[in-house]
Amino acid sequence: MTTVLALPVLLPVLAAGASLALRHHHTTQRLLSVGVLATVLATAITLLVRADQRGPQVLPVGGWDAPTGVSLVADRLSALLLTVSILVALSVLVFAIGQGVTEPGNETAATFHPAYLLLTGGVGLAFLSGDLFNLFVAFEVMLGASYVLITLDSGRARARAGMTYTMTSLTSSLLFITAVALCYGATGTVNLAQLAGRVAELPEGLRSALSLLLLVVFGIKSAMVPLHFWLPDSYPTAPSPITAVFAALLTKVGVYGMLRTQTLLFPRDDTWILLAVLAIATLLIGVLGAIAQDDVNRLLSFTLVSHIGFMLLGLALFDVAGLTGAILYVVHHIVVQATLFLAAALVVHRTGTAALHRMKGRAPPTALITLLFLVPAMSLAGIPPFSGFIAKLALFQAAVAEGSGTAFALLGAAVLTSFLTLAAMARLGRKAFLETVPGPSPASSAHPAPPASPASPPAPPDDEAHQEVPARLPGRLMLGATCAMALTGITLAVCAGPLARLSERAADDLLRRDTYRTAVLEEEGR
Amino acid sequence: MNTLDATLATVVGGLFAVGFFLLMQRSLMRVVLGFVVLGHGTNLLLLSAGRSGDPPIVEGPMRQVDGYADPLPQALALTSIVITFGLTTFLLALAYRSWRLTGHDEVRDDLEDRRIGTARERVDAGERTDAGERTDAGERTDAGERTGAGERTGAAEQTRDRREGTAAEEETPEDLA
Repeated sequence: MTTVLALPVLLPVLAAGASLALRHHHTTQRLLSVGVLATVLATAITLLVRADQRGPQVLPVGGWDAPTGVSLVADRLSALLLTVSILVALSVLVFAIGQGVTEPGNETAATFHPAYLLLTGGVGLAFLSGDLFNLFVAFEVMLGASYVLITLDSGRARARAGMTYTMTSLTSSLLFITAVALCYGATGTVNLAQLAGRVAELPEGLRSALSLLLLVVFGIKSAMVPLHFWLPDSYPTAPSPITAVFAALLTKVGVYGMLRTQTLLFPRDDTWILLAVLAIATLLIGVLGAIAQDDVNRLLSFTLVSHIGFMLLGLALFDVAGLTGAILYVVHHIVVQATLFLAAALVVHRTGTAALHRMKGRAPPTALITLLFLVPAMSLAGIPPFSGFIAKLALFQAAVAEGSGTAFALLGAAVLTSFLTLAAMARLGRKAFLETVPGPSPASSAHPAPPASPASPPAPPDDEAHQEVPARLPGRLMLGATCAMALTGITLAVCAGPLARLSERAADDLLRRDTYRTAVLEEEGR
Repeated sequence: MNTLDATLATVVGGLFAVGFFLLMQRSLMRVVLGFVVLGHGTNLLLLSAGRSGDPPIVEGPMRQVDGYADPLPQALALTSIVITFGLTTFLLALAYRSWRLTGHDEVRDDLEDRRIGTARERVDAGERTDAGERTDAGERTDAGERTGAGERTGAAEQTRDRREGTAAEEETPEDLA
């Protein structure tokens, strides 16, 4: 019955191959991608229900039992994150299809689908992997696909940003192999469940070194300050649906890796001061960066960096309450950040520019777009009825309950960041929605070209972020996908009670460790 | 728990040092080479995580398990070699594309970063800079860029970057002011 565990990995990867073969049949390709992701979503929900009711689900791949062979494990945390991730990936896919339909003559669509499916397959494998080396392979599958996606149809800016992104990710991957090699050299296993037991027997210094190395690896992947510089440089240059899915999934997989390895392999009894300091730095530097930005997507990328800090905060507290908050925050942030990027894409689509200072006088976004932006923006800032408030409340309560000086410092930084996020969102909203002139006039007549422009060379093709495209109305699919995401965000807030309890059980599993270990290792006996 | 012997440790350490040094260069070609060298370093480290010197597992009469080399690090290293190989080809393609598009293989600074960093100065400088920049922007050609890359002096690099920054953002000064 646990064969179902293989589906979130197997289906997208097989479909990616089929999709590549079908690259001349665009409609079939689209239907295949949507169909596969919908099936995977159903599988993920099944896994979540089963993991919650019957404990971690384990599948020994290839017939070798746990410590010998590679196993796939779905416990509450991984199943929950998998479900939310696939849901977001599906919505973003629909959005991307909508955007591709509205822009005929898009040559990159054929490569987009296989790479996208491979990306979701990699994300699935990363969440389900029960083995450190397999986790590395999952990251490579996922990142390999993301390198292709970020450099799709590349002009100058994209080639440059893609290079930055690729090099940074590759460096962290190499550090990851180094960590795997050192772990294996020290303990003689790469199975996470078995490592958990053996790492505890290692000398203190060696254990800290391995813990720090893994922290750096996942810190780069999840854009933790001071390892975040690559993110705001590279994400905004990609096409907006791709930025949305990267922002939602890739950094969160990094956070998941951090949660999993640090709690399972390197348990500690009290607050982790180093991570607390890093969390404060991430919170503040990220949001201050966001306030300084002029480009919509860059601004959102900086808030993404900043809000990674909330998840680090939860992990730094290292107790059930803190981890519950961190898990809730990851779930909330996956949905909300993707919605924001999609809404921003709609705004850019409508006004024809991503630069805030040029939005003045452009065609204003419609009321629906305004609403679609407002909901996730308020949620991100943590305004009460939305999911951000619930996740933040859980974190704040955890910090207050902890009661130490570090916890209060974290609390202060988090509160300040929430206000600054609100300020950044308000500024974005004012520029994009209030200062645009009402009326149906298209951008070109409302904003005549400056007199010098005929003499100057034509806009360079690399400048995608600021390319002047005519104002258009977004297609139904784009609006529909964004609406679905916004509604998911609201549903998270409505279902806050069950979700919080589920997160708490997941956090409890993380700290107890035995649930995971016995579930994986008892397979040995059968 | 295995221990590295001194030679292997020195070689791995040396490869890491050279790899990271090359990764921090401006030239894309060196960065790619840095990745390759660093990849070799990690693969060697992975390989050395098992015991070395024993025979591999082969068919035939069963010997004691202790007598064989640990096959797992070899399998891991093989996987990792395949992955690094694939990604190296991708990197080379990307570097080639970047060279085709820009005419040189340097990693450039981020325009938007620079624009935000200098927004204040540009507003302060006002009209004079505005006129000067506009001429610069008009003159910008691919040939000019290539010469700039050839000179590779700090000053030339700065000028080029500034020129590109303003060329892409030519309406900016009056918009901000």
